[in-house]
Amino acid sequence: MVNVYDCKVGMPLPERRHEPSNVSLFLYNAAIWNAHRIHYDETYTTGVEKHPGIVVDGPLQGDWLTQVVLNWVGDGGEIVEFEYSNRRASYLGETLVSGGKIEAVKLAEAEIEVSLFVKNERGEVTSPGRAVVRLRR
Amino acid sequence: MALITDAARGMIGTSDPPMRVEVTRRDIIKYSVATEQQQEKFLRGDEAPPMFLFGALRPVVPIGALGPDGIPASSLTPDLPLKRFMAGGTKTHYFRPVRPGDVLVATRSLTDMYEKRGSQGDLIFLTYKVDVRTEVGERIAEEVQTRIAR
Repeated sequence: MVNVYDCKVGMPLPERRHEPSNVSLFLYNAAIWNAHRIHYDETYTTGVEKHPGIVVDGPLQGDWLTQVVLNWVGDGGEIVEFEYSNRRASYLGETLVSGGKIEAVKLAEAEIEVSLFVKNERGEVTSPGRAVVRLRR
Repeated sequence: MALITDAARGMIGTSDPPMRVEVTRRDIIKYSVATEQQQEKFLRGDEAPPMFLFGALRPVVPIGALGPDGIPASSLTPDLPLKRFMAGGTKTHYFRPVRPGDVLVATRSLTDMYEKRGSQGDLIFLTYKVDVRTEVGERIAEEVQTRIAR
């Protein structure tokens, strides 16, 4: 369990590799009931919307950012604030990495603020984020 | 640029009718598997991951009501000269986790609309405020969502 007194500004959170596939994108878009063709119809995606390939959902990357935090704190806390944005599109076939670091520690409230990222293989941040997690005492 | 007409801007402040959603354990499990969650409480469906709400609150409409891009026409999407939409991001305050059996009531309002010039051309940003409570009024989440037309 994460102890607020062990949390230091700048401390990195564990990183995770993501290799989305046709199958995982299908399941994700089925689960969120999203029929946007850029996530499964390559002919449409490249021909009509002019992307170079099938697009990895931005909100899926948002979910990965929450998992960076949740897998770090386990049952020892919960996210009370979360934000992210889609800065750069990611495409099927790319390997992405999620991670983050501690930006602020509020001892009195047992709250930790973290910055988060999803990066592509070129090191470009595709989805930056920020979260506040409240640790259980 | 002036891509946004007065008629489109006039939609700012309008809301959709409240959406009522019954959350099942199976819905949570499907979402958790699809997003490759690693916490047992999510994979068992005891509790929903935070971003579960994004999918749970998406509209379910007849296939004939989907556009050629596969996206449903939204009553809160103004007529814009840019027709290709993508998710821009969210900012959310969570008051408590969603659990199976919860009956959620969500209200969504169009709160702002503005233009920007991106590296690949003009963009229009639409922002929405979403308020999520249980049927008895307990607060679950408050979210600002951004959609981008390009």
